[in-house]
Amino acid sequence: MLVHYFHLALRSFGRNRVLTALMVLTIALGIGTSMTTITVYHVLSGDPIPHKSSRLFHVQLDPEPVARYRPGIEPLGRLTRLDAEALLAQARAPRQAMMAPGTGAIAVDGSATRPFKARLRYTTADFFPMFDVPFLHGRGWSAEDDAARTRTAVISRELNERLFGGRDSTGAGIRIDGHALRVAGVVDGWAPKPKFYDSESGHFDGEEHVFVPLSTALDLGLEHFGSSHCYGDVPVNDTRALNAPCVWLHYWVELADAADAGDYLAYLGNYSAQQQAAGRFERPANVRLRDVRQWLDHRRAVPGDVRMQLWLAMGFLVVCLINTVGLLLAKFLRRSGEIGVRRALGASRLEIFKQYMVEAGTIGVAGGALGLVLASVGLWAVRQRPASYASLAHMDLAMLLLTFVLALCASLLAGLLPAWKAMQVAPAIQLKSQ
Amino acid sequence: MLDMRQVTKVYRTELVETHALRSLDLQVREGEFVAVTGPSGSGKTTFLNIAGLLETFTGGEYRLDGVDVKDLDDNQRSRLRNEKIGFIFQSFNLIPDLNLFDNCEVPLRYRRMPANERRLRIEEALSQVGLGSRMKHYPAELSGGQQQRAAIARALAGSPRLLLADEPTGNLDSQMARSVMELLEDINSRGTTIVMVTHDPELAARAQRNVHIVDGMATDLERDGGPAPAAAHRAHAEAELPVT
Repeated sequence: MLVHYFHLALRSFGRNRVLTALMVLTIALGIGTSMTTITVYHVLSGDPIPHKSSRLFHVQLDPEPVARYRPGIEPLGRLTRLDAEALLAQARAPRQAMMAPGTGAIAVDGSATRPFKARLRYTTADFFPMFDVPFLHGRGWSAEDDAARTRTAVISRELNERLFGGRDSTGAGIRIDGHALRVAGVVDGWAPKPKFYDSESGHFDGEEHVFVPLSTALDLGLEHFGSSHCYGDVPVNDTRALNAPCVWLHYWVELADAADAGDYLAYLGNYSAQQQAAGRFERPANVRLRDVRQWLDHRRAVPGDVRMQLWLAMGFLVVCLINTVGLLLAKFLRRSGEIGVRRALGASRLEIFKQYMVEAGTIGVAGGALGLVLASVGLWAVRQRPASYASLAHMDLAMLLLTFVLALCASLLAGLLPAWKAMQVAPAIQLKSQ
Repeated sequence: MLDMRQVTKVYRTELVETHALRSLDLQVREGEFVAVTGPSGSGKTTFLNIAGLLETFTGGEYRLDGVDVKDLDDNQRSRLRNEKIGFIFQSFNLIPDLNLFDNCEVPLRYRRMPANERRLRIEEALSQVGLGSRMKHYPAELSGGQQQRAAIARALAGSPRLLLADEPTGNLDSQMARSVMELLEDINSRGTTIVMVTHDPELAARAQRNVHIVDGMATDLERDGGPAPAAAHRAHAEAELPVT
């Protein structure tokens, strides 16, 4: 019967073209607007490493003075070098890495390419396997390279194209701020969005082109391109010194299972307690361990204006639905006579309800199709904005399906009251008044 | 076929209580052709709506083809209406968007009848009323008489045991009315029970039995052999005028 009702709905469209077009347009406007903002939200709030985001954890300790401490206060987002190196040395997780952003002038001996500034990432060996960084050529470096402060680097595919014309450059030499390093590997287009592991330069831009062992970067005095927060009372000359009371390193661990987070958190608590007992930490143990999604939520990876636009668009969709309810009521109740005849011929109230819900749903699907076109226009408009995330505003298959699901659900919701009213039509009155 | 005993129908609003039917007794046997007459506002249409399960009644008993309908829910009433009853209305009540074939198909679809059987029944019903060649025509393309014939075909397609006709010739000229009446007589001669509400004494005279409804009470003229009893005309001080 549902297929039959679908055919009846199509016939009904032909009978009330203007009213139907108005309803389709109303739903399309609501769907187009909401899907534009939902798509932007979806892109920005997406899981950048879905297969293991629940096993990757960002670590926070609280080395600040006891002054201004209150229970539950959020600890600093980064670690001191001393703590990061201590945790790394203890290696309680299957994988762990510390990291910081940097910048430097890149050059190749004998190349016609003039030196240019590039964003760097100083990190440790586990960074590459932990974040599943794909390699086009070669590989990352080892823990031994970290310890030996090896002059090695991993470069991006884009940089490899620029410096070496895309050939396998492993073993080739590059210079960073005049220091010679050898290429260990070429990353194959890896740029997770949002950039979950470090959002200091933004969640959606600041793509890095050279990865250098942190120990090497410190040894060579490569430029740190991020902020440091020093919490001591004494002025600090070298914020990156081992004992400097400054936080500047992000620290990530990969656990074998998400359920291991409790054990690792306990380990961090014990570490803090030990540091407090040793007199380094003044505050009681105050640690955080957040997986990728929790960390992105905490860092508010989705810009506030996008959240606001999402709410406004959903509000607009509700307004459109309320209008659709009125239009559907007018359309359905204008057919009270036909409803009376159908009831006399054996239609139960439920059958009448189903018939009109199918009609509402069909209008919704048509509105969804037009809404898809409007959403495409809306996303194009978003891409013209100067926002850092603008270029990401594209609809994927999930959003495409959601457009129709949302349109269908919205129209069925809007159809509930009109269809209920239609099934309540008293046949006897209608048949006599025909 | 139709057995109503002491059936009452009261419409209530906040201010008034209107008695449309008062202890109506009526039994129609299988295969009968009964004409129901009465003045405007006497309760004829209310009787027909209750008989056709389009309205519920306030009190009394009503058995349709042996089924007590009083406690049936909407689904059960709809199914019973669909399977046992065919309707013919004064204003035809064909669905204007559907051609004759599709109009006749409406009750059969609610019966979940297979497509092949639906087609056979509709072709047969439309042929029976002389519209076999106009299946693809829309109601607006037909004369009033043809529309009423199409409405009769729609009722016949479901092979109802009981045909309820409400002023079936009220909107037709005398020639078309005669033709429709002959068709109803033919249908009745094949065994279908017909209850027809009419104002037309000539049409009523052609039925096997006449029932007169006044003030919501029925008097069987054939059985009583005379006019309605005085009781039927008695004024009811506590009630408003009955409605149709």
